[in-house]
Amino acid sequence: MLLIHCPYCNQTLPEAEFTYAGEAHIARPADPSSVSDEEWRDFLFIRTNVKGPHYERWRHFHGCGRYFNAVRDTVSDRFLITYKTDDPRPELSKLLEKSK
Amino acid sequence: MSSFRVSGRGRVDHTQPIQFTFDGKKIKGFKGDTVASALLANGIHLMGRSFKYHRPRGAVTAGSEEPNALVGTRRGPGRFEPNTRATVQEIWDGLQVNSQNRYPSLSFDIGAINDKAYMLFSAGFYYKTFMWPKSFWDKVYEPFIRAAAGLGVSPTEPDPDHYASRYLHTDVLIIGAGPAGLAAALSAARAGSRVTLVDENPEAGGSLLSEPSAQIEDMPAWDWVGKTVAELKELGVKLMTRTTAIGYYHQNMVGLCEKLTDHLASPDGETPRERMWRVRAKQVVLAQGALEKPLVFDGNDRPGVMLAGSAQTYLNRYGVRVGDKAVILTSHDSAWYAAFDLADAGTTIAAIVDTRAEPNADLVAEATKRGIRIMAGHTVTGTEGRLRVKSVRVNPVTGSSVGAPEVIGCDCLLMSGGWTPSLHLFSHTKGTLAWDEERQTFLPDHKAEECEIAGAGRGLWGIEAVLNDGAAMGAAAVKSLGKDIAPASYTVANDRPGTGVSHKELPTDLDAGKARAFVDYQNDVTAKDLRLAVREGMRSIEHVKRYTTNGMATDQGKMSNINGLNIASDALGVPQPKVGLTTFRPPYTPTTFGAFCGYHKGSHFEVTRKTPIDSWAEENGAAYEPVSLWRRAWYFPKDGEDMHAAVDRECRATRASVGIFDASTLGKIEVVGPDAVEFMNRMYTNPWTKLAPGRARYGLLLGDDGFIRDDGVIGRLADDRFHVTTTTGGAARVLNMMEDYLQTEWPDLDVWLTSTTEQWATIALNGPNARKVLEPFVEGQDMSDEAFPHMSVSECRVGGFPARLFRISFTGEVGFEVNVPAHAGRALWEMLYEAGKKYDICPYGTETMHVLRAEKGYIIVGQDTDGTVTPHDAGLSWAIGKMKPDFVGKRGLARPDLVAEGRKQLIGLLTEDGKTKLEEGAQIVLDPNQPKPMKMVGHVTSSYHSDAAGRPIAMALLEDGFNRMGETIYIPMPDRVIKAQVTGTVFYDPEGARLKL
Ligand SMILES: [Zn+2]
Repeated sequence: MLLIHCPYCNQTLPEAEFTYAGEAHIARPADPSSVSDEEWRDFLFIRTNVKGPHYERWRHFHGCGRYFNAVRDTVSDRFLITYKTDDPRPELSKLLEKSK
Repeated sequence: MSSFRVSGRGRVDHTQPIQFTFDGKKIKGFKGDTVASALLANGIHLMGRSFKYHRPRGAVTAGSEEPNALVGTRRGPGRFEPNTRATVQEIWDGLQVNSQNRYPSLSFDIGAINDKAYMLFSAGFYYKTFMWPKSFWDKVYEPFIRAAAGLGVSPTEPDPDHYASRYLHTDVLIIGAGPAGLAAALSAARAGSRVTLVDENPEAGGSLLSEPSAQIEDMPAWDWVGKTVAELKELGVKLMTRTTAIGYYHQNMVGLCEKLTDHLASPDGETPRERMWRVRAKQVVLAQGALEKPLVFDGNDRPGVMLAGSAQTYLNRYGVRVGDKAVILTSHDSAWYAAFDLADAGTTIAAIVDTRAEPNADLVAEATKRGIRIMAGHTVTGTEGRLRVKSVRVNPVTGSSVGAPEVIGCDCLLMSGGWTPSLHLFSHTKGTLAWDEERQTFLPDHKAEECEIAGAGRGLWGIEAVLNDGAAMGAAAVKSLGKDIAPASYTVANDRPGTGVSHKELPTDLDAGKARAFVDYQNDVTAKDLRLAVREGMRSIEHVKRYTTNGMATDQGKMSNINGLNIASDALGVPQPKVGLTTFRPPYTPTTFGAFCGYHKGSHFEVTRKTPIDSWAEENGAAYEPVSLWRRAWYFPKDGEDMHAAVDRECRATRASVGIFDASTLGKIEVVGPDAVEFMNRMYTNPWTKLAPGRARYGLLLGDDGFIRDDGVIGRLADDRFHVTTTTGGAARVLNMMEDYLQTEWPDLDVWLTSTTEQWATIALNGPNARKVLEPFVEGQDMSDEAFPHMSVSECRVGGFPARLFRISFTGEVGFEVNVPAHAGRALWEMLYEAGKKYDICPYGTETMHVLRAEKGYIIVGQDTDGTVTPHDAGLSWAIGKMKPDFVGKRGLARPDLVAEGRKQLIGLLTEDGKTKLEEGAQIVLDPNQPKPMKMVGHVTSSYHSDAAGRPIAMALLEDGFNRMGETIYIPMPDRVIKAQVTGTVFYDPEGARLKL
């Protein structure tokens, strides 16, 4: 079982308290009516499905209830970072450097 | 006792005799014996039959890696366990042990015919022999294989034992309490860390228990173990014996299975049989030692052929000589010491056959001193004996040529092909292994977790080397916790260091194609099978493994992996590291389902949610149905009524006068805040701005893909407060979805969401007399049609309780839903029920609710919709706020596929004969005479007998359904084809007249 750091509670807690919530940084278009069918399709369905560091969302479901973002390596199942929803998308190169 | 028990020897208690049965025969042993050691003490080697060929087999090891000696153990009804390793199971008075996979008896087994037919069962036989014809597979081959091949029989009775689980947090978890683990624990504990030390054996000591002659710090090894365990306890170390580390998971979580009662003659009934520990350790030290490898030669599986180190263990730990006359076959120095110990205990060593041309001179001198014949540069090419080895065939080897054989009589053959570091748990972590050319084995390389590997697991050999490494690794583990300790340095006298070489199958002067040289004993895989797999095109070790099933038995190839690799590598002509190793997976040893289940069984498996009114329903004879985690009153049968009769009566009574229904399971979400109305406008399809406080509206929730997700009536209590209801099963999902949009898409909105499902008890009253029953209990709300029309909500008091009162209907009758605090639910229910008696009030359940709503064409999300249904498909276009700039799903509804013609649409169906009730889920076709497979154009979603319509009614999703009104469609069933007519979905009171007071 993984340990996950909730950036809102600022605590590292067992995975059982959390739920996965899909890829991160996929913003709902501000004006959906103005986007094309293809753009809307991409928003709904198209995901990067990376092998390696993946930007994704988690929710501290059995805790504070907040959604937050994370970068997790899908090969090693290791979290590189977790961060608040409104924090900027962290640069991968810096994260990889830090994890070394 | 028997001549094989060495008086005064071993760690068994010679003063405490114990009697158990093996295949019904009484066997005597001592306290501390395993089933295997007790049987061996009685001269019994034959303990089981092999999986595929039913070959007679005996214990080949003395530990948990045992592949052969699998038995069934029994402790009265229900307490039967198949496939228990006889080498691990401790004996107790009255234990019943049975051999497996034999008929009619262990010594005479009909299934052994498979052994003669071994050519048939070669590698990949599943894939080859039984390809054709298919019907033969089901009727002939599979039943035959299942009956003939196999392990123990599964228990048939429920397990009466109970199992427990716990969490544990520790600084350092040390796995293995042999010399490396004990020394590591001393370092870590002396440094002041919290230490947990686990071992699968009943006592600490590991290999030291088999090496009593070693002197550690001028102390006999066993005294040193005793002193060390005492010091560890003094230092507060948690020492757990009979505890197997079964799996090593992410971030240093290790699963431990602790066996608590399997060794006891009379468990107290309170103690769980096993306890699963989930340990989170800051540091882990893997001190799991090494496992001895067999050598691969014809007849290496005959009872009496055993690992030399195990024979040494039986002698020193259990006081059992495994035979009177032994031949040693080895490629490693360690087996020489086993020979010396046995010789000193009275066993004749007929010969030490060493595959190496020049064994260690000191060992040769020791052997010579004992008068043991040494056959260096020799090999064994066969064994004889039906149920027990009686002779071995020994040949000299010069280069690649095998000389003439000499047959040597014996009653046991003790072999050693060297030692494989036990790195299963390390591999669980995805730690990488590197091939060590000198030791011809894989050693730990890159670590993926916070762990150290100590002792023989790192390829070290000899007690002194292992102790010092353990001490150093214990110190290294605590160093990363900020604790500095100089590791102790140990000196060991009478140490037994040594080296060896590694082999593929041993050379032979006979036809290698006929050799029954086993690599994987448990799955009956031979060297020939592995070579055949390579010849037939398997290149990857993973393919070789699956084709031959090498290493796929319950022992996961603990003994066969490296031998299999050496042979595959040779056959492929590729060095071992290029061939690679197969993956080890948890659990390390077979683990009971009970241990994994722990407390989660029976009523603890899953919660049963009950409403505050559930107890009344139970007292009044309700039949229940599960709805998500809830149990809901399904119907209330009277005087032997069946469901059909009860539901008809409940429907009739409700439409005629009044019915009462427990709707407490409806999901309820309180949406509050200055931006509540804006939030509702964005979430739901409907417009909410103009809905006045005190009014309610049907709300429809879509996903952004445009498909229906949920629905429910929503009341506006104040400008900034909504009482949202959801479907019973959808409550949590809807709240999640709301939170997701609120937190991540619209964090600017000032809104609070709170689940109130369990805070409110909800009682629905429906029928022409509903108001008459309810009105006398209502305070603070005028119940007239003008003041409280259909689709109203009010905060008032009902029956003296604060209430949220809705006037809504899911039946087509005048209806009310009263929400009162959960604690008041049953009291109010009883008040209303009493008062309703003069109107023949009828409690009804979910089945009647379903019928009444279907008669009105009200959908149930999840039954009449399936995640691909749009509001238009469901006939709910009216619920869409077309003027709103956006809501969840609005853009989705404009997707090309969702506006296309010919979508499946929700329509009504009436069977032509007016009597046949369709089956929910039945498929619809347009032409019943078309060839199969027919084109299916939809399916029945809801189907009931309708008392009000006087006939069965149904709803269905049908391609282009709205354009097929009046058409006849067909529902093919196994026995006939049913005709039905497409209609609208409202079967009762289409004008809605009955909703008015
Ligand atoms: Zn949190």
